[in-house]
Amino acid sequence: MARMKFICDAERCIECNGCVTACKNEHEVPWGVNRRRVITLNDGIPGEKSISVACMHCSDAPCMAVCPVNCFYRTDEGVVLHDKDVCIGCGYCSYACPFGAPQFPSQGTFGVRGKMDKCTFCAGGPEDNGSQAEFEKYGRNRLAEGKLPACAEMCSTKALIAGDGDVVADIFRNRVLKRGKGAELWGWQSAYGTKSGNTGSPAVKPAAKVGAPS
Amino acid sequence: MKTTISITALALLLLSGCGDKPQGLGGIKSDNAPYTGVGTSQYVTPGWKAGDKTSWERQLRTRAQGQNDYATAN
Repeated sequence: MARMKFICDAERCIECNGCVTACKNEHEVPWGVNRRRVITLNDGIPGEKSISVACMHCSDAPCMAVCPVNCFYRTDEGVVLHDKDVCIGCGYCSYACPFGAPQFPSQGTFGVRGKMDKCTFCAGGPEDNGSQAEFEKYGRNRLAEGKLPACAEMCSTKALIAGDGDVVADIFRNRVLKRGKGAELWGWQSAYGTKSGNTGSPAVKPAAKVGAPS
Repeated sequence: MKTTISITALALLLLSGCGDKPQGLGGIKSDNAPYTGVGTSQYVTPGWKAGDKTSWERQLRTRAQGQNDYATAN
């Protein structure tokens, strides 16, 4: 299996916030913490786009690099998780993250902020899979139940898709070829691109060229 | 007398490091792989076997196709 990834298709997102609600409901996320949120680019200008943003579980996660207590770890599926028993709530990860994913339940510095909370790709945490302790700290472990993240599965327009990187890239590629536009993937270069120049995006040729006379 | 004190002081100096308690972080607890499942739960989807990585991967791939509306609509 390749690594788990999120894709948000800006051509399809209608800013309904269903993903945000699904996440908060599934994990019983406390008030003030949003593991996922929808942002609108060029709001109010014709052609505005909305995208759903959460932790992208980056290939080379900056939060992992800056954490002074090394509370982050990456699973075999490429999901970036953290141990709340180790986190000291310093907030360095929130400064490092390009997506604003790390959330803190209260205001203040260091311990006063509380333990960092973020999207787990519905994969829970280091506690036993499906245990009450895991649920209380990290939320549901849907991956261990044979499911995919609730936000993506609940998305009414299927703008947000999640799962094995190869599978979701194929779904998105097929979509772009059929509609002939919207191959841009917001955040993929930051999350999955590499220094060697790999953009991390699924290779999609403009659909206008497909079937066009050569 | 001086020799005894010197030897004792030297021994204390050399052994002082041995009394340190480990100050390293507890570290991250080991995490169970998701394919091991959550045990018996009404929320587990049928069609795969807990502990079998291949069947779990197949289950997720199949489930991911539920997000492919070109596959479901056509």
